[in-house]
Amino acid sequence: MTISKSLKNILLIELLLPTFLLLIGVYHGLMQVIYRSGMIHSQKELHLDYYQGLTLHGVINAVVLTTFFAVAFGHACMSFFLGKEPGKKASWLSLWMMVAGTIMAAWAMLAGKASVLYTFYAPLKAHPLFYLGTLILVVGSWVAFFDWVVLYKRWCKENPGKPLPLAILGTLVNFTVWFVCTLAVGYEIIVLLLPWSMGYTTDINIPLSRMLFWFFGHALVYFWLLPAYVMFYTMLPKLAGGKLYSENAGRLSFFLFLILSIPVGVHHQFSEPAFTPSTKLFQSILTFGVALPSFITAFTLAASLEYAAWKRGARGLFGWMAKLPYLDKNNGLFGYLICGMILFIFGGLTGIINSSYTLNAMVHNTAWMPGHFHMTVAGPVFLAIIGMSMHIISSITGKEIKFKGLYTLTPYLWMFGILIFSFGLMWGGLIGEPRRTDLGMTYLNPDSPLFRSDWVKTTGMALFGGIIMTIAFIFYFTSIMGTILGKRVKERAIEFPVAEPLHNEKHIAIFHTFKPWLAIMAVVIVLAYTPAIANALKNTGRGAPPYNPDSAIPVTIKNELK
Amino acid sequence: MDKIELRVMKLTAGMLAIFLLALLYASYARNVGMPACVPYSGVFSKPHLQQIDSNTYEAFFVAKMWSFEPSDVYVPAGSDVDIYLTSSDVVHGFNISEKAVNLMAVPGAINKKTVHFEKAGIYKIVCHEYCGIGHHSMEGEIIVYDKTK
Ligand code: HEM
Ligand SMILES: [Cu+2]
Ligand SMILES: [Cu+2]
Repeated sequence: MTISKSLKNILLIELLLPTFLLLIGVYHGLMQVIYRSGMIHSQKELHLDYYQGLTLHGVINAVVLTTFFAVAFGHACMSFFLGKEPGKKASWLSLWMMVAGTIMAAWAMLAGKASVLYTFYAPLKAHPLFYLGTLILVVGSWVAFFDWVVLYKRWCKENPGKPLPLAILGTLVNFTVWFVCTLAVGYEIIVLLLPWSMGYTTDINIPLSRMLFWFFGHALVYFWLLPAYVMFYTMLPKLAGGKLYSENAGRLSFFLFLILSIPVGVHHQFSEPAFTPSTKLFQSILTFGVALPSFITAFTLAASLEYAAWKRGARGLFGWMAKLPYLDKNNGLFGYLICGMILFIFGGLTGIINSSYTLNAMVHNTAWMPGHFHMTVAGPVFLAIIGMSMHIISSITGKEIKFKGLYTLTPYLWMFGILIFSFGLMWGGLIGEPRRTDLGMTYLNPDSPLFRSDWVKTTGMALFGGIIMTIAFIFYFTSIMGTILGKRVKERAIEFPVAEPLHNEKHIAIFHTFKPWLAIMAVVIVLAYTPAIANALKNTGRGAPPYNPDSAIPVTIKNELK
Repeated sequence: MDKIELRVMKLTAGMLAIFLLALLYASYARNVGMPACVPYSGVFSKPHLQQIDSNTYEAFFVAKMWSFEPSDVYVPAGSDVDIYLTSSDVVHGFNISEKAVNLMAVPGAINKKTVHFEKAGIYKIVCHEYCGIGHHSMEGEIIVYDKTK
């Protein structure tokens, strides 16, 4: 399908800007494993200290990259599956807002005025432009979403009775969740953090600010994941040479994500005061519920892949696993999605461990956590993002993918690296390594009284895995640079591999309407969060003034001026 | 959705239910609880250790940039220690890995967990939430000594 020049440019900017920023993001990932392993014992290398680098790493990789990609992929899906291009004005406005927000936040981080990590937990205080930039980035993504809703309504009118394409359903569900959850963090930023960081208010309620953050924060992880799920359902079976085992399963999973992604945020706060055990237990149970759609997905996709392999001539109970197009150079995207899925088996299982609050006490805030989520966000999410970015860029510019060997090898190398890296981190976490800590300064510094010799092997493993991941990323980067610098050889167009459903499926009415699901979503959120809000307001004794990360004396405007 | 699919969904739901029962069993029958929720009061911002009876202690910890107060606490082996925790500035962590004591120190709120120390030894308390430039040196100790020696 051909697309307009304007949309082509938007997609190129939205996909390439984060790709370049990833150079900073991955560089800091590498630096973190080096610092942590005790190879260097310094606070700062190249003028960037550990926590500033970690803030950049989290914000670029987990917020900027994922948001830009979700919007670009949404635009591409709307155009391809609905046959309708997003409005020109809205999509450019959305892009400029996201770019402006990113620049503001990037300035604050690079200037060292926002070394508060991507979760910006108060009462550590960042420069107001850091909060504002993040907010503008988010609102920019809303603008694109509002425009899609208009497209969707128009499409429904023109196609009465036709089932909504699964990819569109997934995209709309994803951005509905995103819109609702970002309202909470928007409130946190506008009402609590901005006036406080500018000195208009003196103190804020910290448990409340954390609760608002996690109302957003857990849904954020599904916002990362759902574009990958859209690819898994609607494209992966085709790439494997087969069909989608059940489309209704896909619809059910997306709707379950709609109702359960948000009311589980307190599971990040099991170790915290102010929230009662019953508030926590309720959300712990809901978290088990939200594992269900992922299990459904795992089954449906395994069945689809098995079917594809049979068609390729596989035999026996497990024979199908060997008969898939793993290293096919002309089908590189398959490797990105399949490696992502393999990593997600481990990412998902460790996630269930985290959400069981009794086990959570063993792992919360230890190195286990980055071990876990590099198998989710840096696993299926990241691989789907970079694989699909290459696919879209190559098709809309009409350029052939360059260095196909490197491109095809990347996901396997990355997966191998992550497995070692995450194993090291998770093992380290179980023997007490804290996360978000410049271990090389103290715990991994033989000259320090805090030295922990038992953490040498685990941080060393993470280092080894991290180096492999970095090499994999260099492969990818080389290939994408080669591609954009290459010559145009085919028509510019958006093409997706589309998987058809295997069976002639029953039309289940409830899977074709948003309304009841939206109503349930609202009810569950109210049920889960009313007690949490009440706890935060009732059990907090005093507000907190802002602190800069480098001083134990709170910031007041007078101190700032001195 | 076909038969196999429905069967798989039921199996999954069953498996998740088992996980959930295990969790409830651990927390109610085996007492692997969550931190308790204690109403705020200024009393908790004064760091100290207090003996309640022969083997029960109350330890009032205040986390601050970048140390725990008290920074070392001595209790005899076999004690139960009620740990109360708050922060006087930013958010900190409080992790005793060997005992799976995993708490957040949040300004304006009081965290509590009761721990039984059976074996003598030095239990390190590590701050595991980023709390500013000194975060990586924020550590404390609970020293459990042998009464008989
Ligand atoms: C070469 C590749 C990478 C390496 C070596 C790496 C390494 C690390 C390490 C060691 C940490 C933990 C630091 C600490 O807790 O002290 C970390 C945190 C993190 N990483 Fe990565 N990473 C890589 C790529 C990625 C990618 C691709 C993503 C996401 C798309 C990602 C997302 C994150 C996030 C969200 C955090 C948490 C930040 C925080 O705790 O504030 N990383 N990374
Ligand atoms: Cu979560
Ligand atoms: Cu700390």
